[in-house]
Amino acid sequence: MSEPMIEVRNLSYTYRGRGEKSALSSVTFSVSRGEWLAVIGRNGAGKSTLAGLLVGLLKPQSGSIRINGQMLDETSEWALRRHMGIVFQNPDNQFIGTTVEDDVAFGLENENMPVAQMKVRVAEALKLVGLSGLRQADPSRLSGGQKQRVAIAGILALRPDILILDEAFVMLDPKSRRDLLSTLRRLAEATHLTILSITHDMDEAAASNRILVMQDGKIVNDGTPGQIFSTEKDLGAPFSERLRRILLAKGRRAPDQYMTEEEMVDWLWK
Amino acid sequence: MEIKLSGVTADYQIGPIRSPLVLDHINLTVASGSFTAVVGPTGAGKSSLMKVLNGLILPEEGQAVIGQLVVRKGADKKTLKAVRKRVGLVFQFPESQIFAETVEKDICFGPLNFGATAEEACTIAADVIGQVGLDRTFLSKSPFSLSGGQKRRVAIAGILACRPDILLLDEPCAGLDPDGQSEILNLLTRWNRDYGMTIVLVTHDMDRVARYAQQAVVLVKGKIVFHDSVRRLFTDPARLKDWDLDLPEARRFQLKLEKHSGVALPGVCLTEEELAEALIKVGRV
Ligand SMILES: Nc1ncnc2c1ncn2[C@@H]1O[C@H](COP(=O)(O)OP(=O)(O)O)[C@@H](O)[C@H]1O
Ligand SMILES: Nc1ncnc2c1ncn2[C@@H]1O[C@H](COP(=O)(O)OP(=O)(O)O)[C@@H](O)[C@H]1O
Ligand SMILES: [Mg+2]
Ligand SMILES: [Mg+2]
Repeated sequence: MSEPMIEVRNLSYTYRGRGEKSALSSVTFSVSRGEWLAVIGRNGAGKSTLAGLLVGLLKPQSGSIRINGQMLDETSEWALRRHMGIVFQNPDNQFIGTTVEDDVAFGLENENMPVAQMKVRVAEALKLVGLSGLRQADPSRLSGGQKQRVAIAGILALRPDILILDEAFVMLDPKSRRDLLSTLRRLAEATHLTILSITHDMDEAAASNRILVMQDGKIVNDGTPGQIFSTEKDLGAPFSERLRRILLAKGRRAPDQYMTEEEMVDWLWK
Repeated sequence: MEIKLSGVTADYQIGPIRSPLVLDHINLTVASGSFTAVVGPTGAGKSSLMKVLNGLILPEEGQAVIGQLVVRKGADKKTLKAVRKRVGLVFQFPESQIFAETVEKDICFGPLNFGATAEEACTIAADVIGQVGLDRTFLSKSPFSLSGGQKRRVAIAGILACRPDILLLDEPCAGLDPDGQSEILNLLTRWNRDYGMTIVLVTHDMDRVARYAQQAVVLVKGKIVFHDSVRRLFTDPARLKDWDLDLPEARRFQLKLEKHSGVALPGVCLTEEELAEALIKVGRV
């Protein structure tokens, strides 16, 4: 077994002024290289706090984080951060450049990269998110979904080993969301990119390798989509599972465990 | 209260130049007491249409009639203020505009602005906080101590506090967890059903359209290309594809199953409940 890409042990965090209540309490899990991990759970469960700790926006109060085998601490932080990128929910106020191209290049400018190479990286990243046509556009005039794709391109241009998405697809219309997800999936397969995606979209979660369920600052379930959707009855579920639950509730013939949509179609009409 | 747009065009001033038409000769009647979803690709003009309906953008040509009020180019401030009182607009991520120290102060802001006394405003606040499903202890809290879903509800309560007859919501569920989304939509359904409030909802989520709205308006490149019942909207998948719109999951699953089996299920299924009923009818489950 190779070293896990992310290894979190007994990680806890309490915001100042919130009394005793921890936003994150003693969380332990690991993610392998190339794995796509979905993190789900209600608003306030501690998902963004976890993301903030992983990328170093917040400092752990107890517990440890290892990235690619190396302990994340004050001395290693800057080196390790270069391997990680995060994209948030609402991309407003994230823009500095006057063109989309400048914005995507922003992160690369700290890397001492020759201009020619930088241009290639920016062009590649914009192509991945489907925005090559808007290279010269003014970022402040873009729609919410387009801004979000610029933010994602800015991160992809840095070629991180770990991509953290904190509800990053909320502003996208369903088609852009699907396109971007399949692009990321291809990229992850080709480059062994590790993805941790915080999401409320159960179809996205169903397509991941593994799901963590968070509640009140704790991990309450960890497993494959099939395991999670068969056991977590109170969470939203992909369509095939919702249909299965209704058939069960109506006392009708139904599969005895979670099925993907294809399996369900076959099962209904053999 | 009815809304009627006739020949409305709108554009944006970008420096010295004007943008191409963002709304292109819109004719639209939203019936009093209806629940209408406005859908269409990104950039189609949905948010701009909401701004016209609430007087934030004035038509370049044509006019909007809201109840007795007429909004056209050059409309006076008094008319626009009256329109904004009748028509409440909930923006995307409305909680980003919450700035007061307490929930109560935030909710009172609108009524005070429309001339309520401090006492009246407090009574209204106590009433609307309940309508959005939060209890009165929330009134004294700081908005910043609330969860995402709670903040969103406070922002909506602030709009309700102005007692609008028409409520416009631009992607009100974006960023909420699935339970939070259903809570908001169930509230809208209740206000529509119990108080006859006219609701216009902009959303990308066709499952929400299928489950909650009665009427659908499709906007493509600033033009209305469809305005009819939600069930008719989802009948013809080829047309939806032309408009870059998705099918609700139940309908999509229905079509997949029909293709696989070669058998048509009865009706157009909009929800998993309807699909389950259709499967029962044809004896598959
Ligand atoms: N900056 C902050 N100050 C105080 N409390 C916070 C702050 N950010 C988040 N919290 C609280 O911490 C808990 C976890 O929040 P968060 O990690 O944002 O959850 P999620 O991303 O799952 O919605 C919540 O109770 C939230 O109210
Ligand atoms: N403030 C603005 N200035 C200039 N153009 C704008 C502005 N807001 C929107 N637009 C343009 O108007 C068109 C319609 O936008 P919008 O109404 O936001 O569409 P939607 O809500 O359907 O995504 C888009 O082409 C958009 O770029
Ligand atoms: Mg969060
Ligand atoms: Mg919009």
